[in-house]
Amino acid sequence: MSESLLINICIVILFLPLVGFSTVIILGKKIPKLYIFEVTILGVALLLSIIVAYTKLTFYSTKNIIGAFTWITMSNAPVGDSISIDLGMKIDNITVLMLFVVNLISFLVHVYSIEYMRGDKRYTRYFAYLGIFTFSMLGIVLTHNLLMMYIFWELVGVSSYLLIGFWFEKKSAADAGKKAFIVNRIGDIGMFIGILILFTQYKTFTFDTIYQQIASGNLPFGSNGWLTAAGILVFLGAVGKSAQFPLHVWLPDAMEGPTPVSALIHAATMVAAGVYLIIRIFPMLTADAMLVIAVTGAVTSLVAATIALTQNDIKKVLAYSTVSQLGYMVMSLGVGAYVFAFFHLVTHAFFKACLFLGSGSVIHSMHHEQDIRNMGGLRKKMPITYFTFLISTLAISGIPFFSGFLSKDGILAGTLAFGKLTGHWLIPIIGFTVAGLTAFYMFRLVILTFHGEPRDHHKFEHAHESPFVMAAPLVVLAALSIFIWYTPNPIGADQGWFMKDWVKAPSQVTPLETRFDFMKPSSEEAKAEVHGEVVHSVEYTETMHWAHYPAMVMSLILAGLGILIAFMFYQWKKFSADKLADKIKPLYNFSLNKWYLDEVYDKTAIAGTLIFSSILSWFDNKIVDGIVNGSATVTKFTSGMSGWFDTYVVDGFVNFTAFFSGFIGLSFRRLQTGKVQTYIVFIVFAVVILFLIFKPF
Amino acid sequence: MIGFPILSLITFLPVAGMFLILFMKKEQPNSIKYLSIGITAIQVVLAVILLANYNYSAAGVYQEKSFQFIEKFRWINISGLSLLGTVKVDYFLGIDGLSTPMVLLTALISFIAAISSWTINKSIKGYFALFLLLDAGMMGVFVSLDFFLFYIFWELMLLPMYFLIGIWGGPRKEYAAIKFFIYTLFGSVFILLVMIGLYFSATELMPDGARVHTFSMLALMNPGNYSFDGILSMMNPSNLRLVAYIALFVGFAIKIPMFPFHTWLPDAHVEAPTPISVILAGVLLKMGTYGILRISYPIFPDITRQLMWWIALFGMINIIYGALVALAQKDFKKLIAYSSISHMGYVLLGMASLTTVGLNGAIFQMFNHGTITAMLFLIVGVVYDRAHTRGLNDFGGLAAQMPIYTGFVTVAFFAAIGLPSMSGFVSEALVFIGSFGVASIRAISMISTLGILLGAGYMLWTMQRVFFGPLNEKWATLKDLDKREYLMFIPLTLIIIFLGVYPSGMLNIMNTSVNTLVQFVTTTISSTSLGGL
Repeated sequence: MSESLLINICIVILFLPLVGFSTVIILGKKIPKLYIFEVTILGVALLLSIIVAYTKLTFYSTKNIIGAFTWITMSNAPVGDSISIDLGMKIDNITVLMLFVVNLISFLVHVYSIEYMRGDKRYTRYFAYLGIFTFSMLGIVLTHNLLMMYIFWELVGVSSYLLIGFWFEKKSAADAGKKAFIVNRIGDIGMFIGILILFTQYKTFTFDTIYQQIASGNLPFGSNGWLTAAGILVFLGAVGKSAQFPLHVWLPDAMEGPTPVSALIHAATMVAAGVYLIIRIFPMLTADAMLVIAVTGAVTSLVAATIALTQNDIKKVLAYSTVSQLGYMVMSLGVGAYVFAFFHLVTHAFFKACLFLGSGSVIHSMHHEQDIRNMGGLRKKMPITYFTFLISTLAISGIPFFSGFLSKDGILAGTLAFGKLTGHWLIPIIGFTVAGLTAFYMFRLVILTFHGEPRDHHKFEHAHESPFVMAAPLVVLAALSIFIWYTPNPIGADQGWFMKDWVKAPSQVTPLETRFDFMKPSSEEAKAEVHGEVVHSVEYTETMHWAHYPAMVMSLILAGLGILIAFMFYQWKKFSADKLADKIKPLYNFSLNKWYLDEVYDKTAIAGTLIFSSILSWFDNKIVDGIVNGSATVTKFTSGMSGWFDTYVVDGFVNFTAFFSGFIGLSFRRLQTGKVQTYIVFIVFAVVILFLIFKPF
Repeated sequence: MIGFPILSLITFLPVAGMFLILFMKKEQPNSIKYLSIGITAIQVVLAVILLANYNYSAAGVYQEKSFQFIEKFRWINISGLSLLGTVKVDYFLGIDGLSTPMVLLTALISFIAAISSWTINKSIKGYFALFLLLDAGMMGVFVSLDFFLFYIFWELMLLPMYFLIGIWGGPRKEYAAIKFFIYTLFGSVFILLVMIGLYFSATELMPDGARVHTFSMLALMNPGNYSFDGILSMMNPSNLRLVAYIALFVGFAIKIPMFPFHTWLPDAHVEAPTPISVILAGVLLKMGTYGILRISYPIFPDITRQLMWWIALFGMINIIYGALVALAQKDFKKLIAYSSISHMGYVLLGMASLTTVGLNGAIFQMFNHGTITAMLFLIVGVVYDRAHTRGLNDFGGLAAQMPIYTGFVTVAFFAAIGLPSMSGFVSEALVFIGSFGVASIRAISMISTLGILLGAGYMLWTMQRVFFGPLNEKWATLKDLDKREYLMFIPLTLIIIFLGVYPSGMLNIMNTSVNTLVQFVTTTISSTSLGGL
């Protein structure tokens, strides 16, 4: 298969779900059966992505295939050159693996939804939304540049908004959709500014071109500081999308959406897009940026794990566990364990999708009961759901022979090595703590849901195993949570094809002085030996080897301990969880109420903005417009005064003049009697007076 | 080139329509409506013909030769006045990349507004006559190249607007109409003063070798045409160019509207009938920014460079202030009005960058704001027609009752939020790319990105209050869109999405001219070294 054919197939894969969306959204009302079309389309896309993945990994495993076109081109005065904005695809090993993961899970969720959503009044529209989501997600996966990443980034945001608020009649669902979109936007603004910094310097959005420029010493605004800033700002996008602390608050609320959606978008694919973004920008991350990323990931994983301990909603537990695991991946990238982060992304996608679909199966059969305190004993009624759920739980807890063990162990070893090399020991400590916590709360979930005696007999009576279309996806996903797909050695991921052949960490392009010491090539010889692809120092490789077994042993002990404690509390009831909760009431409430973060945000940022906006609105109405109306009033008053002045003073003078002349006239009229005798008397008087005045004699 | 004076035709066709309507019988309301829609439809066709014959590489801006579809002849010519010499005004029409998008927009929005006017049922004859006059006035502003002619059209459109709001408006229509009229007139006075100042400061070389004072914008752009002692001449050391620039800017800023001159807008919008709101937001506001680009920028390049930071600052204030105030609104239409103020801020910000990218973004944003906001006002109109209220808190759950309507609402709202794949995203992104690239306004540009967040805030909150949640029983009888309403929404939706996916369709029209404008503005010397007269 030629390279251009590969690109063309990828284009087809990308646009197939869009075709599905458009067809279903326009014609769905008239032809309700169209959902089958959408499901079929996903099946085709999955098939094609398997072909692409196979071809790429077999024949082009070391070659990156790029296809791009110019989207916008314009002149660039006053500088004088021109700007062209390219869109395009980059197909490397990570891309094809992601293509497969996204299409597989999307297809399984489509199939699963046929039964799960049956009877919903907006049934066909639901499938249309799944289509637009898949399209957007594939766009993120395939992009070779930051702008297209941002474009599809926003589009997944919208599809997520539409699907979270799918049952918009429920206020909580509408609220959750809005919250998800707006919280994500906060991160997106950071990402956008980061992209702006890079574009301003390099006049391109294309990853590879930017990296070449950085490698050749061309830094944003000529400083390492801006390079770090750009890395951290773009990472903010991931903080939003991948629900990292402190922007993680939207993800648990997003569970208001239909459960298959939670599996697809809010567990397996979209939330992992943030991690995927960091993977893509990894070459340009400086040590400072990486440390920020590592700390953010670590804090997130710990915060979420502590919250997951006490939640009673089956989906909420899984949601916080997702946040926690995403924190793991982010932390892993921050400490430089690039490959393991991606590996965990993939394994997590499968087992977490399985867990969510499993929970959906439970919810479906329990008539929309989500509170685990009302469950129990479902193991007998729902064996397939139970066993697949159990397998996935073992995977997420990091038990050997399951996929999660391989990836998680790698991450923990990475943090351990990082601690040893840089002295940031807190990160591995958090990593291991979270491993124990995860095992505990996941088994708490399994035990409360499936083991013991049913606590709500009425609902239990009605519970039943899900039909084939729902059970089959569970089985597929559970099967993918077993080690054999990734490596022949159940405890050594590095012997597997995934790590050995497919995924390689890219070399960093940042200036040497901004890198961690362990990210610098040890020597020129080492660099030459592997054709400049050296990512880590020899010291790092050695430390990783050193960290491998301690990390494995420790994580096993902690996971075992977590599981044991969960069994002690909930299965064998050696201790009472309620009593313990009473004893540490403040801590318990702190966890149960999610660290009160939602309340804090409500009272500060949201209330603050709203109050500020009311004040401004008042200001606009009373002051700005007040001045306008005021000047109108002043003008009216002045004109009134002028009118008065005109009427009474100016015109008054005129009238007075007239009046006065009239008065004079009137007065003199009396003299005009017309009698000659009177006139003679006047004349005589006048002559006498004149004589008296002039005295001529 | 086309064999007939297409610009005059596209401008004065509505006037002809107006006269036709005046001779029609009151008793035939439908034929009046069909005629008006027909006239605006022909305008759209003419606009398409214009586009088909458009030369994408002609610059225009300050070179008369590269303007397109020029019509020029002496309109007023009084010679031999002792003090003034010859007074001449040209009838000078022509378009370039700055005006073409606006001509297209005017034709499109007038057509949509004409369809939307179907529901008007109070003195139809008067309404449509004034409507067509308004149409002519707007079109005239965008095609004039003579300042005097420009000013006439600018004032011409004021009169019908005043009556359209004042007669066919809502409860406080008189207040709103007078406020609009006086506010705009207040601005016009400044424009007029500067126009006269420019007239006396510059002369144009006639073919016969004589120099006469001129209103020609193109002549006024050439620093060499100014006399040494003109009060607005760069060569006059005590010139008043800064003052004149600010005065002119205020005149245009009122139209945009720019903070703090914006308060007429919410009142005018709230009181105006739907189609007039559509025109107001869709086209009228653009005249302000267009005026700045067409007149202030190239005639006063020196002052523009001097004040760009301030323009950016006011752009930022518009973006954030408008968005925050929008967040506090409880009236659907008022909210859209304030969002309009916020979105016009992006235009100012892009213009202030003085780069091709930023200016392309600004003009593209003008076009996109025209289509998107027109759609938003139509959306308010649809629900107001049916429910007779615009209170955001009176609704709820309309999405279930009116699914198709809600579909269009979703498109329009997300377009307003700046969702990629819709046109608004591209223009906003270009504005940010342009302004971020200029070091002096980088901080302003960064702060302005907050507008993206706030925009999502008020739009989605509105979405939730009106369309989501349980259906308010009061509205269980509301009908979904009818065929006529489809006809308004579908073209706008298609254009918004088309330009979001293929922005070059519009950007290529303006690129050459914008590039020329930026070069002209950034390189024209503030020169005392100029030869002059």
